Amino acid sequence: MDNYPALIVIAPLLAALFAGLAVWIKERLSYPIALLGLGISTFSAFKVLMQVINSGTIQYRMAGWAPPMGIEYRIDLLNAMVLLLVSSIAFLNLVASFKSVEQETNDRAGSFYTIYLLFVTGLLGVTATGDLFNLYVLIEITSLTSYAMVALGDRNRGPLASLNYVFIGVIGASFYLLGVGYLYLKTGSLNMIDVANILSGIHGSSTVLTAFILIMIGIWIKMALFPMHIWLPNAYSYSPMAFARVVAPLMTKVMVYVMIRLMITVFGYDYIFDTLNLSDAVVWLGTIAILAGAVMALSQTNLKKMLTYIIVCEIGYMVGGAWLGNELGMTGAVLHILNDALMTFALFLAVGNMVYKLKTVELTDLKGLFGKMPWTMAGFVLAAFSIIGVPPTCGFFSKWYLILGAFEAGAYHFAAALIISSLICAVLFFKVFEICFFEPMAHDHGESHPPVKIKEAPISMLLVSGFVSLSLIVVGLYSGTIVNTIILPFLK
Amino acid sequence: MTDLLTLIVAKYNYWLYVILMMIGLYAMITKNNLIKKLVGMNIFQTAIILFYVSIGYKRDATIPIIQNAHGGHDAHNAVIHAADYINPLPHVLMLTAIVVSVATFGVAMALAVRIYQRYQTLEEDELRMRLVDVGPKE
Repeated sequence: MDNYPALIVIAPLLAALFAGLAVWIKERLSYPIALLGLGISTFSAFKVLMQVINSGTIQYRMAGWAPPMGIEYRIDLLNAMVLLLVSSIAFLNLVASFKSVEQETNDRAGSFYTIYLLFVTGLLGVTATGDLFNLYVLIEITSLTSYAMVALGDRNRGPLASLNYVFIGVIGASFYLLGVGYLYLKTGSLNMIDVANILSGIHGSSTVLTAFILIMIGIWIKMALFPMHIWLPNAYSYSPMAFARVVAPLMTKVMVYVMIRLMITVFGYDYIFDTLNLSDAVVWLGTIAILAGAVMALSQTNLKKMLTYIIVCEIGYMVGGAWLGNELGMTGAVLHILNDALMTFALFLAVGNMVYKLKTVELTDLKGLFGKMPWTMAGFVLAAFSIIGVPPTCGFFSKWYLILGAFEAGAYHFAAALIISSLICAVLFFKVFEICFFEPMAHDHGESHPPVKIKEAPISMLLVSGFVSLSLIVVGLYSGTIVNTIILPFLK
Repeated sequence: MTDLLTLIVAKYNYWLYVILMMIGLYAMITKNNLIKKLVGMNIFQTAIILFYVSIGYKRDATIPIIQNAHGGHDAHNAVIHAADYINPLPHVLMLTAIVVSVATFGVAMALAVRIYQRYQTLEEDELRMRLVDVGPKE
């Protein structure tokens, strides 16, 4: 089977078609169809990763047309890893989502699964493609589906949050498209490798500089780097929980992947770090994003919203790390794509369980939650430790690489921001733990203390939550292996 | 000064695209009505389509269909000058971009309908006031 690279993207796309059709025949069919589609996709992604590790980069030509004319899927170690990450998180979330979709999107489950599958198709396509224009179209597929999803959420706030997201998302995508236009003007090609070969001869050109700046601004808007983050917290916290769980870990991380792909494969280290000399400014941008995200998270009173600001903070880690301009920083940034996706997923799974039982997650609603939902809280604590960066969990290792990279590059402000934000995250999560553990439940501060009844979320949600939280430790312990087999060979 | 003028006149389509783009961006930032913002968004996207179409255009060139390529006598010997034909690729790309912008516009309009049904207004300042009434959550 040489068609695994195509199968990764095609399987969820076809499943979306059938899940959409199933709405008219028998709505209950759409869930198993979605599960099947993402199952095939995850399996293919795993196969592709093994193949890439054993025998190197795969170049898959769509319909046999050779690049630069045809569209090419080019899968090397970096996207093989991200593909497996995206497909498996989407699959696991689907397993966990059955009950919460039933609860949140009354009678619209079929449409929900259809849009969900299209969203995942977009993300997988963005990761797999080796063509600049194809990348734009797939980014727009992801964005369009997420606009629809956000609107499915909170009845009062959802549509407005979604419309604001549309405005900013369109500006981001248009800037990217404009940048690609300038690149095409100069190189006459849209294939990433081809463009990179032509670009290496014309580094001084101001057209290329314009293209680079436009593309980077577009991607930064899409990934919510600090001053351009305003759409993210509202959009993510008012969307349905089953969607927030997948968009929060994946969307921004895939955009970071796109940035790293464009930096390494298309423009190249030489251009970015030698010709341009922008890295100091961008590392400062990352530093500010980290601090601002952490401080804004500290001021939130709603758990879901607090976590969305932590995403803004984590984006700063990856952007800063990628722009440090040394191998350690880039290793940290790539490893953090993996780790941060898993940590955020684990956190949102735990919050999803809380929302399923409590309906709202204002911090004051969480009193006595350790007694009521012990398993959910165990998962939440593990994920929180990982975000803070406590050693055996995976969050520690990528932060460690980032800090080492910062010292090597002499960017002490970035290292300081990393440490300060870890401390702020510690304060933040221990505030939540305190409320959940020590404060009694609102209604039983009378004299008698009846034993707290355990009211846990459904078993499917708990199993996924537990599995992902434990994987944080496993990935942490194996991060040496991941760095040596995937990231370092890729960066060489 | 004359240099600048010739630059503007010679490449007027590029200047036009920049102006259109800024009009769109201005509308999206300053307008209070959500539909006006949507129109601004559409102008913004159209500006980029104009840019791409300009890239492919060549003066005194025709569409890239080669006459008598199949079967005409001495078709194979005829020399094809790239300068005689416009570049079709950017134009084809824009078909896709138009589809994307129509889809985005459709989704945005549907959202505007939902907002109007819920709040009976599309003015942003009024919406903000009603959101305060609704409170941070339901």
